[in-house]
This record gives sequence, structure tokens and C-alpha cells, in this order.
Amino acid sequence: MSHNRTSRSHTILYLDGISVSFDGFRAVNNLSFTVDKGEMRAIIGPNGAGKTTMMDIVTGKTRPDEGEVFFDGDIDLTRHDEAEIAMMGIGRKFQKPTVFESHTVEDNLLLSLKGPRSILPALFHRRSAAEAKRIDDILGMIRLADRRDALAASLSHGQKQWLEIGMLLAQDPKLLLVDEPVAGMTDAETEETARLLKDIAESHSVVVVEHDMHFVRELGVKVTCLHEGSVLSEGTLDFVSADERVIEVYLGR
Amino acid sequence: MMTGRFFLGTADRRVSTMIALLVAVAMVVPILALVVPAGSVMHMPPYMVALTGKYLCYALLALSLDLVWGYCGILSLGHAAFFALGGYAMGMYLMRQIGSRGVYGNPLLPDFMVFLNWQELPWYWYGFDRFWFAAIMIVLVPGSLAFGFGWLAFRSRVTGVYLSIITQALTYALLLAFFRNDMGFGGNNGLTDFKDILGFNVQATPTRVALFSASALILALAVFVTWRIVTSKYGKLLVAVRDAESRTRFLGWRAENVKLFAFTVSAVMAGVAGALYVPQVGIINPGEFEPGNSIEVVIWTAVGGRATIVGPIVGAVLVNAAKSWFTGALPELWLFALGGLFVLVTLFLPKGIVGVWGEWRSARHVRAAKPGERIEVEAPAAIARPAAKPASWVPPQDASIKAQPAE
Repeated sequence: MSHNRTSRSHTILYLDGISVSFDGFRAVNNLSFTVDKGEMRAIIGPNGAGKTTMMDIVTGKTRPDEGEVFFDGDIDLTRHDEAEIAMMGIGRKFQKPTVFESHTVEDNLLLSLKGPRSILPALFHRRSAAEAKRIDDILGMIRLADRRDALAASLSHGQKQWLEIGMLLAQDPKLLLVDEPVAGMTDAETEETARLLKDIAESHSVVVVEHDMHFVRELGVKVTCLHEGSVLSEGTLDFVSADERVIEVYLGR
Repeated sequence: MMTGRFFLGTADRRVSTMIALLVAVAMVVPILALVVPAGSVMHMPPYMVALTGKYLCYALLALSLDLVWGYCGILSLGHAAFFALGGYAMGMYLMRQIGSRGVYGNPLLPDFMVFLNWQELPWYWYGFDRFWFAAIMIVLVPGSLAFGFGWLAFRSRVTGVYLSIITQALTYALLLAFFRNDMGFGGNNGLTDFKDILGFNVQATPTRVALFSASALILALAVFVTWRIVTSKYGKLLVAVRDAESRTRFLGWRAENVKLFAFTVSAVMAGVAGALYVPQVGIINPGEFEPGNSIEVVIWTAVGGRATIVGPIVGAVLVNAAKSWFTGALPELWLFALGGLFVLVTLFLPKGIVGVWGEWRSARHVRAAKPGERIEVEAPAAIARPAAKPASWVPPQDASIKAQPAE
């Protein structure tokens, strides 16, 4: 146990032997990997490899049947629900961009800003100068400063992805889980997103799930390849893509 | 700039117009009913006062439904239950005011209890001889039922059609319970034969007029409170929960608490509406729990325009005025007309009358704005609305095309 604690202490995310089944289908099977504090990690893997289920487990949406999940060294995530985990400092971007479509870009960020999460403060909320400044900063960072008053519904697909990343930033999390951030983006947007995530990774831990190998190469970080709910290979992108087992999974037998 | 848009929005202007209109009505109707002589065309006969007062109570009920359905996506098909509970609380006060003037002359027991050979007043009737106690109960009973029900339902993440079905079951269960004589609420006859309210004869025209004005003023207050709620950060959160509940959870908000607050406030508003309704119609019986009543409220709200504040009021008044006319002229056709209206609104006016009106207005605005420079449109707009900050005005092209009337 004490051995575990020391080996966990430098991790932001620690998964050990987690398994979960839905109706007999083992979505995640004895999955173990760790992400260090301050690290950016890319997770790749074919459809059905368990990437989204892994995120569901980390964010408290799904409870694992077995295994341990620790955040920031010693917080047991299996004991908390989505809202608690979000407040502890894990932000999650969904695969399909999920923003508040009938609100303006600015209001989307306002609702995401770190702060009290109970009803009465929200009811009597007055925007402070610090909050306004934080919103300005994030708008600049996510390249949406000129769309501040636009309804989120009117944004392009790529801009919605950025807005959602901005909403995570507004939460001021320690760890960002980003599910397929460049799905449906143009090449230019993809490059811009890679730059954005690299900026963010300077001050946060980030886990990016992505299919787009070009994008993953651009991130230039350690890669974990999942297959059938467990880790197949881990290392640099060159190492992983040279791995026989990975080639087999991606190219078929 | 938030406040800039806040004051500029056409939706907010509609809300302030509605409040002004309700306050004006509360002051003018007493003159038309009491001061203007009976022969004059301007005279408002007492039955008309009672009828329109009833519409105002329905409007408050529709507004309360809109807070949860329009803004938070909770389609309650049992809102008439909260209305009826508020009505029963008021009815119990009115029953106890009868005193020894009942048919059986019992100073303590209401007539129906004497008829059932009851010897003692049930404990839950204690306190209802005092208005302040009844007033607390009018708020507390619907509020706590909604709180308890919502706490269980929202925490278990019951949503959508499943939630609608259990709200319907709730009102049906209450209907069956209140039909039972041994519940102590007058069985299927309910509570009636009221005499006094606060010492004034409930049948007298001045009392009816006062009840009408009270309904108009309380509706105006409810409009103001609802408007403050939905324009606050909490109100934005309500809409966020409606549009992307899981997003709010992963941002750290407890969506169940967000819903629970709105649901409880809404039930209290519905209860107050019921309490105002009962002295004006002179009776409350279990029929008010009828599931069909709750569904009608949904239709009023949809017709007027959900997620607008003015919409449900317009819808409730128009549909009920149509009902009054139909049930006089073509009684057997009313339900067909109501059903047809709902189908038409769902198919062709998904945003209701107020939503369509808003779209038409802003479409015209865009057309007017196109030929000239933006600044030319801006200036008169800023003069017309004193609180405006022209520099931060959203250009109409931007504001209107995607206009979901953001009230």
C-alpha cells in the first residue's frame, strides 16, 4: 500500500486494473495506465477500444466493476459523482461538441467559470471585474473574441469545439480530458487546435483521445494505444506505430 | 454590456409592458365595475369581473408551468395538482369562516363533517380559521409536495416522458384520494357555500372586484419575479440544464438542485393561483386534480409561447376566452377545437404566438436596417429606450436571425 502511495504521488491520473462490463460486454478490461502531473498524453485506439468508457469512469459517470482510479495522487474517484469530480478539477470535453446552444459564447463561459455552484449565489450573481477579465482572456485564447455575443448555436463545428475547450479552461481544472477535439475540423482548424492544446498543456495536465494520427504527431507527446479495453502499447508515436500488435489491430490480419 | 443588452431586449420590453398592463387593469377594473353606472357601455358587470379574474389565475398557473417547462424542459403534466392544493388550503379557510351560519349551524364543524356524523374537527383543519395560517399553508403545502417529489425524481435522474408520466400519476393519485369522504376534504362535493373572506362577503361585487385586482397585482408580481429568475445567472443555468444537462454536471453544477429549485418555486406559484381562484369561483372539488386540467395548462403555455414570460399569460387568457365562447355557442365542439389548436400550434407555431410575433418583429427590423448604416438604426432605438448603451448594442443582423426569444 505504501509502495502504491509513493508511486502514485507524482501522478495526476492513476488507473489500476479497472474493468467494467455492460450487459456482458467487457468495455474496459483490466486497464492500467498513469498520467504524470503536468503531462499531456494522447490516447489512440480503434472504435470500441474503451476510450470513451475510460473517460466515463474517470469523470464519475460510470462506476468500474473492479480496479482503482486515483486523481492527483490520492483522491479515489470511484467514490465521487460527476459534479464533485468536476469541482475537484477534472474538465471533460465530449466527443460531440456540447455547448449551451441558446446562450451566447460569453454566457457559455460565464456558466463555466470556477466559483460557487449552489443556487442562491447563482440567483444573486453580479459579474465581478475579475470574472470579466477571465472571460476576455479565455475568449482570446480560444480564438472567439469577435464572436462573444453570438449564440453558440451559430458557431461552426470547429468553433464549438474551441468553445467547449474554453469552458473547460474557465473551470480552471488540473486535468483536462479532451475527447476527439479535431473531429470534423478543417486542416487549418486542426493545426490551430494542436497549438491551442499545446498552450494549455503548459499549465495543465491533458489527456487527448484522438483518431487523427496527423494531429497526434503534431502534439508530439507520449501515446497510449488501447485495444479491447486494455493497453496495447505505450510510448512515442513512432514507437507505438512501429509496434507489430498495433499494426495488426489497425490494419487487420 | 450585459446590462446594455438586458435593457435593450424586446423580450424585456414585453415583460415591463405586461407588468404595467396588469397594474393598470387592477386599477381600472374597479372603476368600471363599481363607479361607472350599470347602464353605461363602459360598465363591467360582476360576472365579467369574476370571469376575467379566473383567467388571471389560469395565467398565473400557466406562467408557473412555463418556468419549469419552457425554461428547464421539465414537462409537468400534473401542475394542476399544486393549483388544487393551494385552492383547497384557501377553501379550508373559507369553510371555517362560515362558522355557525352553515345548514347544520355547527360553530366548529363544516356541514359535510356534520353530515358524516363526525364529532371532532380533524387535526389538519386546526389553524385554518386564521387567514395568516391558511396563507402559509397555501405556499407550504404545494411547495413541500413539489420539493419532496422533485427531490426523489430529479435525484434519481428521472427525465423526459417518464417524468411527465409520474407527474400525471401524482395528480391522478391526489384526485382519487380527495374523492374519498374519509380524507376530510368534503369528498366529491369538495368545499363550497363560502360566506366571508377576511370579513367581507365573498359574493358581494366589491369583494369580487378586490379579488380581481389582487389576482392582477399578484400576477404582475409573479411576472416580475419570474423575469428576475430567468434573467439571472441561475436562469441561464436553467436553460443550460434544459439544453445540455450532462454538460452542466461535468461543469460541476448539480442539475438536480437546479431543477428542484425551479420546480418548487413553480409549485408555490401554482398554489397561489389556486388560492386566488377558489374564492372567485366559489368552489373547490377533486375535479381540479383531473389529469386533463394539467394538460390544458400545457396547451395554454404552448399556444402563447413557452420560454417567454408573456406567452403563457397571453395563451391562458386567449384559450380560456375561446373556451368561454365555445362552451356557450358550440359546447360539443370545444374539445375538438382545443385538440385541433394544440396540433396546429405544435406543427406550425412551435414557439407560440409570442415567439412568432417576436420573429416577425425582428425580421422587419432586419429589413429596415439593411439599406442604411447600422448607426442610423441604432440612434432612434437608443432614444426610444432610455437605458440603452448604444455602443454595446448587438447589431440586428446578429440578434434576430437565430432569435430564440431569449427572455
